[in-house]
Amino acid sequence: MKAVNKPISKIDGMGLVTGKPVYTDDLAPKDALIVKILRSPHAFAKMKDIDVSRALKVPGVECVLTWKDIPRIPFTRSGASFPEPASYDSYILDEYVRYVGDSVAIVAAVDEETAEKAMKMIKVDYEVFEPVIDFEKAIDHPSVIHPDHKNYKPNAIIHPNFDRNVACEYEYDWSKGDKGIDEIFAECDVVIENTTYNQAQEHAMMETHRSYTYKDMHGRLVIVSSTQVPFHVRRTVARSLGMTPDQVRVIKPRIGGGFGAKQNLQAEFYPAAVTMRTGKPAKMIFSRVENTICGTTRHRMRIDTKIGAMKDGTIRAIDMEVLSDQGAYGEHSKTTLAPAGYKTIPLYNKADAYRFHGYTAYTNLPTAGAFRGFGVTQGIFATESIVNKLAHELDMDPAVIREKNMLKEGETSVGFNLSTVFDDLSELQTAESCGLEQAVKRGKELIGWDEKFPKKEVSSSKVRGVGMALSMQGSGIPNIDSASATIRFQENGFFTLLLGATDIGTGSDTILKQIAADAIGISEDRIRVFSSDTDLTPFDVGAYASSTTYVTGNAVINAGKLAREELFKQAARLLETDVDSLEFDGDKFTDKKSGEVLDLEHMGTKLTYGKFQHQIEVTGSYVPYKAASPYMACFVEVEVDTETGIVEVPNMVGVVDCGTPINPKLAKVQTEGGLIQGLGLALIEKISYDSRGRMTTDSLMEYKIPSRDDIKTNLVVEFTDTYEPTGPYGAKSIGEIVLNPTPPAIQDAIYNATGIWLTDLPMTPEKVLKALKEKKNK
Amino acid sequence: MQIKLNINGSDKTLDVKPHEFLVEVLRENGYLGVKKGCETGNCGLCTILIDDKPVLSCSYLAVRAEGKKITTIEGVQAEAAEVGSFLVEEGVDQCGYCSPGLVMTIIGMKKEIENPTEDDIRNYLTNNLCRCTGYVGQLRAIKKLMGVE
Ligand code: FES
Ligand code: FES
Repeated sequence: MKAVNKPISKIDGMGLVTGKPVYTDDLAPKDALIVKILRSPHAFAKMKDIDVSRALKVPGVECVLTWKDIPRIPFTRSGASFPEPASYDSYILDEYVRYVGDSVAIVAAVDEETAEKAMKMIKVDYEVFEPVIDFEKAIDHPSVIHPDHKNYKPNAIIHPNFDRNVACEYEYDWSKGDKGIDEIFAECDVVIENTTYNQAQEHAMMETHRSYTYKDMHGRLVIVSSTQVPFHVRRTVARSLGMTPDQVRVIKPRIGGGFGAKQNLQAEFYPAAVTMRTGKPAKMIFSRVENTICGTTRHRMRIDTKIGAMKDGTIRAIDMEVLSDQGAYGEHSKTTLAPAGYKTIPLYNKADAYRFHGYTAYTNLPTAGAFRGFGVTQGIFATESIVNKLAHELDMDPAVIREKNMLKEGETSVGFNLSTVFDDLSELQTAESCGLEQAVKRGKELIGWDEKFPKKEVSSSKVRGVGMALSMQGSGIPNIDSASATIRFQENGFFTLLLGATDIGTGSDTILKQIAADAIGISEDRIRVFSSDTDLTPFDVGAYASSTTYVTGNAVINAGKLAREELFKQAARLLETDVDSLEFDGDKFTDKKSGEVLDLEHMGTKLTYGKFQHQIEVTGSYVPYKAASPYMACFVEVEVDTETGIVEVPNMVGVVDCGTPINPKLAKVQTEGGLIQGLGLALIEKISYDSRGRMTTDSLMEYKIPSRDDIKTNLVVEFTDTYEPTGPYGAKSIGEIVLNPTPPAIQDAIYNATGIWLTDLPMTPEKVLKALKEKKNK
Repeated sequence: MQIKLNINGSDKTLDVKPHEFLVEVLRENGYLGVKKGCETGNCGLCTILIDDKPVLSCSYLAVRAEGKKITTIEGVQAEAAEVGSFLVEEGVDQCGYCSPGLVMTIIGMKKEIENPTEDDIRNYLTNNLCRCTGYVGQLRAIKKLMGVE
């Protein structure tokens, strides 16, 4: 094996770091109309009247569109596979506005100033309703957020109840044998409860949402967009505008970060509507404020967890009750709610019972959408938090309670079936690879667990503590995700790898090239990659659910194998011999019988021109059938300043089982980035709204993400030595898992240092000080 | 109004509005390596050099730059490639959107500080946000570039 597991550099790297014009706004035509959105000042209102006549008269204004000009076709912006597990509960523009910032009207003008001037001239008469701001009071609130749902297409499998503000309800209840979970709790030596809250985290990707559109010479709509899901954009925009997918082409250039934000469709509809109306190119660039208040957030969740165990630390039952804040539209309700349970409980596979019940509630806040971790982050905070709490209750080492209860390689877990074949428990799935034992052992060594646990006083006001947590995720969604890859053999012996997969900065174009090289049996230098154009590249669901390495990687292997077969066939034809007598060393074929040699350069040229012409082009596809979960253990050491409440994280260790890291360098940086995003979630990132639902943290000034100054952490990342038999060359995913474990690990480190137990993220200095004070007064 | 700007060594006469910031003027005139990520001067994506010092072009009025030496990443391609190669070598060119601004700040730092410590680097670059890498790998790359132990 040559290319896989090599730390090669990203193929687009030098272009990116030298500032080449490769992102959406760099490529937009100069004469594109500037599209702006008039946005709602109210969290919940209905437009009694909207008058755009004065706006239309502003010189330079090309069109102004309101809900009356847009087809009344409900759809979802979720950007998930078809059929989406989400209700079709939104329109491009509606007569209702459901959060501060919701779209009221589309204005297109020759430049930004003109568009802004025109926006001020639109007169809207609102009937304002009492908004639903507190998600804990949302269900059965007197204000019904989607009263007019007769045209909606509710998705039955998610059980929405619009009249109760319920976007989704989901539950399962499993126990071994005849006893129910409550009986098992009754048999436990200890039963403890814990409630965790997380904030609605912002993605804060550096490139905000943006798209531009134009009509090609055939009158088709071309959308160039900073998206994670070009194929879902094609289908969704077509539906929303009453078109068919063949009338739309979507191109994704380089994109400046996504983290899930760009799975949900945001900017595409508006310029598309303008281009269809005017025939002219149009572009929409979200400002940072728009990006913050009108993009999506992580779902805020309250999770009440209950765990039952025996005195020796054996975990017997886990029960989770979840309430998730969906915001205005139900784009990712079940898809984030269910994973909070089914991608966490498999970690503790020896329990006798699990119960999970949850609601996702509509509120008049920005929509919660896909965000790296996707419900699992919240679920891991809940489960890892309560397992740590259990360890304290039993006076056990948190690492030891893990070692006793956690999933090990070769074992089954009911949770896998709940997430992959949905309640079919007839044949339990096995963790064919699981590096948790290694990860915990190595993580303990790297952090110095045995010396440091639980705490050390550094000075009269500074105390250090250590904490740990486990994490898991999936690798794509079994039986739902799908991917394909095309390989073409070209003149002079180079190959083109065509990918529908969407590199969002993760380096997937690079690692898929590495996989292709090994599958064909050639050097990766021979391959050129072209990705993410719905007219030219084969279908791929896009970059979400940690799917690209595993799902697209397997599709690439399938394509590579086919390409190799075809190469052998054509070489045999050209050398006038049979396939079995050929030897291939990656550069040339040798006929063992005659000793004749044909190199790829000559072969490519021969197959391109003249009488031997034969285009080798093959496509491989893949649909995953099992979760192939990656696992990790995270260890942190915090230093709490008991005078200021400031928590620093001098040491952090992540030991990850992603199977074979296809590119160890890129996997390491992705892990580091994820752990630090998790640190932001745990300690820094704070979102607030006023009582009327207006976000008060709508810029990078108010919504702070970790900055260079915040990260003085000695961060050590290692990979376990594991191999996933169903993965491409043993690989599993890495994208999301690495964000999940930081909050519970830091929470417990703070507890070990100070004895305070913080359950509401972020754990800011104010909360630390308050808790320290309460503890003292007790 | 028309102003004269010296951009990457050549004099240009450009049409600008009095309240326009450099970032817009530069992008409109094809200097697309200059990125924009916020409206509040917090992200550092728009960093260019003015008289060899890193400056946030989103907070710098175009008219103020008359008579000054403006350098964008297009004007220092060889140096950007040198600095950038360390980032790429370390794998911290993820989405890359923060990279041009970061590279320009590093070029400015190289001119100002000869043997920076780790803290000097962190302080100098503190205004350059990155949401992908978590900074630790970028620090490794920059330390190698600057020969910091
Ligand atoms: S654009 Fe963010 S600091 Fe200039
Ligand atoms: S690499 Fe994406 S923001 Fe820095």
